[in-house]
Amino acid sequence: MANILTLIELTHAGAVAASAKGLLAAAASLGTPVAVVASDQELSPETTVQLGMAGAGVIYLGLGAQAVSVLTGPSVEALEAAVAAYEPSAVLVANSVDGREVAARLSVRVGGAMLNDAVSVRLDGGRVVAGHSIFGGAYDVESAVEGGLPIITVRQGAIDGAPANDGGGAVEIITVPLSGTVPGAQVTAVNDAPATHSRPELRTAKTVVSGGRGLGSKENFVLVEQLADALGAAIGASRAAVDAGYVDQHAQVGQTGVSVSPQLYIALGISGAIQHRAGMQTAKTIVAINKDGDSPIFDVADFGIVGDVFTVVPQLIEALAARAQ
Amino acid sequence: MKIVVLIKQVPDTAEERTLVPATGWLDRDAADNVVDEINERALEVALRVKDADKSTVIVVLSLGPDEATKAIRKALSMGADSGIHVLDGGLAGSDAARTAAVLAAALRGTNADVILAGNESTDGRGGVVPAMVAEHLGLPLVGGLNAVELGGGKVSGERSGDSGSLQVTAALPAVVTVTERTAEARFPNFKGILTAKRKPVATLSLADLGVAATPAHAVVLSHSERPAREAGRKIADDGTAATQLAGYLIENRLV
Repeated sequence: MANILTLIELTHAGAVAASAKGLLAAAASLGTPVAVVASDQELSPETTVQLGMAGAGVIYLGLGAQAVSVLTGPSVEALEAAVAAYEPSAVLVANSVDGREVAARLSVRVGGAMLNDAVSVRLDGGRVVAGHSIFGGAYDVESAVEGGLPIITVRQGAIDGAPANDGGGAVEIITVPLSGTVPGAQVTAVNDAPATHSRPELRTAKTVVSGGRGLGSKENFVLVEQLADALGAAIGASRAAVDAGYVDQHAQVGQTGVSVSPQLYIALGISGAIQHRAGMQTAKTIVAINKDGDSPIFDVADFGIVGDVFTVVPQLIEALAARAQ
Repeated sequence: MKIVVLIKQVPDTAEERTLVPATGWLDRDAADNVVDEINERALEVALRVKDADKSTVIVVLSLGPDEATKAIRKALSMGADSGIHVLDGGLAGSDAARTAAVLAAALRGTNADVILAGNESTDGRGGVVPAMVAEHLGLPLVGGLNAVELGGGKVSGERSGDSGSLQVTAALPAVVTVTERTAEARFPNFKGILTAKRKPVATLSLADLGVAATPAHAVVLSHSERPAREAGRKIADDGTAATQLAGYLIENRLV
């Protein structure tokens, strides 16, 4: 079977990024997955086992101190060396802030072409085909590369990671030194985002509760948190709510924020500008509660309530709690 | 300091956007074409450098059809000094690799200290062209900055990542991309609109740039429009809406 490279991102603390499982599962559906990692130190036994369980038979490790002090360049170098060593039929990289910059540089280095923001991958007669969902889910598109190596960025959370059922985590590790030949910016400080609550991650959550300008203030936004906690949901927000400072920008759902496709999306006090709808209208079920009955959010809602979120939501939490009794 | 700002004309995100059925390419006639907002923010970053140091020269570079001239003129009316328009029928349907190779060729002649761009366009959302340009030019990419400091022969800033933020820096020349967290763009003033007409815009063709075809390219195999969502039940709250909603969620096994 053809080799498929995956770029495994590590956090600065050395933990495997959440995108790794999905990438390895996607790679396993196309061929033999090779996990490529740039790191400033040997991988811990836990990391090796973790990648093996996720489906990596081989870890190709680019080792060098610059892996943590230089942005993206070390990963480009590790991948370029792995492309030469494994002659893969595709390279899969997370569509993350770092991942797409790495993939872009690599594509120029190896003369490949990019398929961006894939939500699926499949083989079609030996050719790798990527599926995309564009304009906020308005179109499904399939694309492929002609004449060279496909380098594919995969939308985070779009492809589920399935545990590998063979190999049992046995992994061969190939280590190569990083020389630092790819230009990159220097990292001078790292500030981790504050640890979030025990709430699920927004991109992959089965239920999302989002708040908008209609919440009126940062203090009132706690209503969104209360409903989210009652439902075990992740918290989202419209750009208006983020711009108004009600909630951190990582929660922004929409055209310029995170795209989500949960089973249930509940929009509180969100009017539903097209840019917001672009990030959530592929949700399976949409519920909207808003005072203004003319809000465009109601055009896409399966269940819409024209009403005051401060009245309806506490009653809803109560009704759900009563059911749990 | 010389700053080249990459700008892209995109269909207005506030309108429905469509693909041309025959090719799967972007339908540029379906919605109003505007300068991508993220590029206007990148331009604003450059203009603030120029506000503080009048010797700064700002050039805007756009690759696109005839109509992209309007985007360039808008940038000039906001305060950029001159424009470069890469215009060639042979560029229709170019993928990111081709676009980046052509932009890099156009940039080689500019002697820029800084190449500024948005982190991703609102149409393609690939977020890869600036990094490809950086690779073609052998420059560092200082990407995804929420806040930018330019000066003293270097660029520094705060980059937001998936698990927090980083402080990053690089010596110039460099390619820099900004997020929508950076500067809110200014509106062109009357004087700017008047002077924009007299500012020079160079037009470059593929023959002028001599860019070789890239060895591989991305193609659209198929595309289909999903049926629009239909509105479902909509009720006005008469005091029972929450109970009805709870019933709906339970009935559909959503909670």
